[in-house]
Amino acid sequence: MTMQNDAYNFAYLDEQTKRMIRRAILKGLAIPGYQVPFASREMPMPYGWGTGGVQVSAAVLTPEDTFKVIDQGADDTTNAVSIRTFFERTAGVATTTTTRNATVIQTRHRIPEEPLTEGQILVYQVPIPEPLRFLEPRESETRKMHSLEEYGLMHVKLYEDIARHGHIATSYAYPVKVEGRYVMDPSPIPKFDNPKLGNMAAIQLFGAGREQRIYALPPYTQVVSLDFEDHPFVASKADHPCGMCGAEDSYLDEVIIDDAGGRMFVCSDTDYCEGRQTAGHKGKDAA
Amino acid sequence: MTPLLSVQGITKRYGHHIGCADVSFDLYPGEVMGIVGESGSGKSTLLNCLAGHMTPDAGQVVFDTRADGPRDTVTMSEPARRMLGRTDWAFVHQNARDGLRMGVSAGGNVGERLMAVGARNYGDIRAQATDWLGRVEIDATRVDDRPTTFSGGMQQRLQIARNLVTGPRLVFMDEPTGGLDVSVQARLLDLLRGLVRDMGLSAIIVTHDLAVVRLLADRLMVMKSGHVVEAGLTDQVLDDPQHAYSQLLVSSVLQV
Repeated sequence: MTMQNDAYNFAYLDEQTKRMIRRAILKGLAIPGYQVPFASREMPMPYGWGTGGVQVSAAVLTPEDTFKVIDQGADDTTNAVSIRTFFERTAGVATTTTTRNATVIQTRHRIPEEPLTEGQILVYQVPIPEPLRFLEPRESETRKMHSLEEYGLMHVKLYEDIARHGHIATSYAYPVKVEGRYVMDPSPIPKFDNPKLGNMAAIQLFGAGREQRIYALPPYTQVVSLDFEDHPFVASKADHPCGMCGAEDSYLDEVIIDDAGGRMFVCSDTDYCEGRQTAGHKGKDAA
Repeated sequence: MTPLLSVQGITKRYGHHIGCADVSFDLYPGEVMGIVGESGSGKSTLLNCLAGHMTPDAGQVVFDTRADGPRDTVTMSEPARRMLGRTDWAFVHQNARDGLRMGVSAGGNVGERLMAVGARNYGDIRAQATDWLGRVEIDATRVDDRPTTFSGGMQQRLQIARNLVTGPRLVFMDEPTGGLDVSVQARLLDLLRGLVRDMGLSAIIVTHDLAVVRLLADRLMVMKSGHVVEAGLTDQVLDDPQHAYSQLLVSSVLQV
């Protein structure tokens, strides 16, 4: 049963708010990687639970869309389930867990393993949109650094990593440069996913609710992960096959299975893993 | 010879108060200029106007750029001025904490300016940072330590290394020895004198410490209430002050 006809406008937000958010999205698409300020609304969930992503999703959803939500790659975690239910109730859109069938995918901390196609929209939940935040606390100064393209400081962070750990230890929210211009925080996706950001067929939208920023990557945008000549970027993952489906090419979660040091590695993308198991692939831990 | 920096009629007001008024001078390559005066005399205002941290209300600051020759830095575009700020200019703050990134290692602090002008090779950056730590007498084993673990004198020397690593031609110093004890001051002055002479730097040093200018500066300007009351060769001004305020300043120094 849906409530949108009596209790809520389609997809919860009122049309003027959606209009405002769409303008920010269009501006973001026109200037890839640039953080567009927008008047973020109070949402019926706490900050940090994806208020930015939900607002962006609400603004782009149409009644014909099929919606998928993933949290750390999984369709069945609290955050994913609650946001999916939210839009089932307030927009009445069809929902799915199959990456291929979705037209709008809201994600927290992952990009699906299956390559996205033209016509799909990937919406990221972003906690901190400013890649320079922890190096330069003054927002007035970071904005100036973006506008004047002064990005030396970003490499200071990577330098510190190498000086302290011997290699670039930043493993998520790894900074990227978009179309040779803006340095962007790709949200806390693992750096394993960074190569998928560039040249993607789908539209990528990033919403930060608490910080009131939206940014975007149009399809087929050049995205380069920052690095040093003698310490190049490496997209890393746990060096195991998936215990359930045996995949060697997917990003893995480490799961502790007993109190005797037992553990297994499974795909963080549940849809990808189930798809492979249905197709007959079996990992060593599969029942 | 073209002056490296030619300052004409710099005026800065804070409402009805005068920060500094109608200051003009030329600074030639390799020359060190001292600016002395009591607190509130407009020394720091003047320095900030010259270094582009503040916009003066009137006047010109013409800097002889490497690429385009003499250009007025007050009217040049902000990106160009900030570019100067991390290449040809250096600014040493009185408090090292203002000029350092306290959460970043010593090596990262020195390397920042290199990375800001496009250095992307970790090995090279680190080698240069280590080399500069040596030049300012900081042990190379401290390269990965944060400045928070350094003493006041070491922090100040680190700040100097961080500023000089890109080979600037003009250094602005705001009370570089303020807040340090006298023996540390002496070592720092010795170091600064060596660096200035070796690298052929030009410098503008703001201080209220006459000993600092006696040691470092070729020329001296004395400021009072925003105006330059006396200017000349350092020894000449200090040994034979003409203006009443200069005489007061010189005679106020305690003799031990």
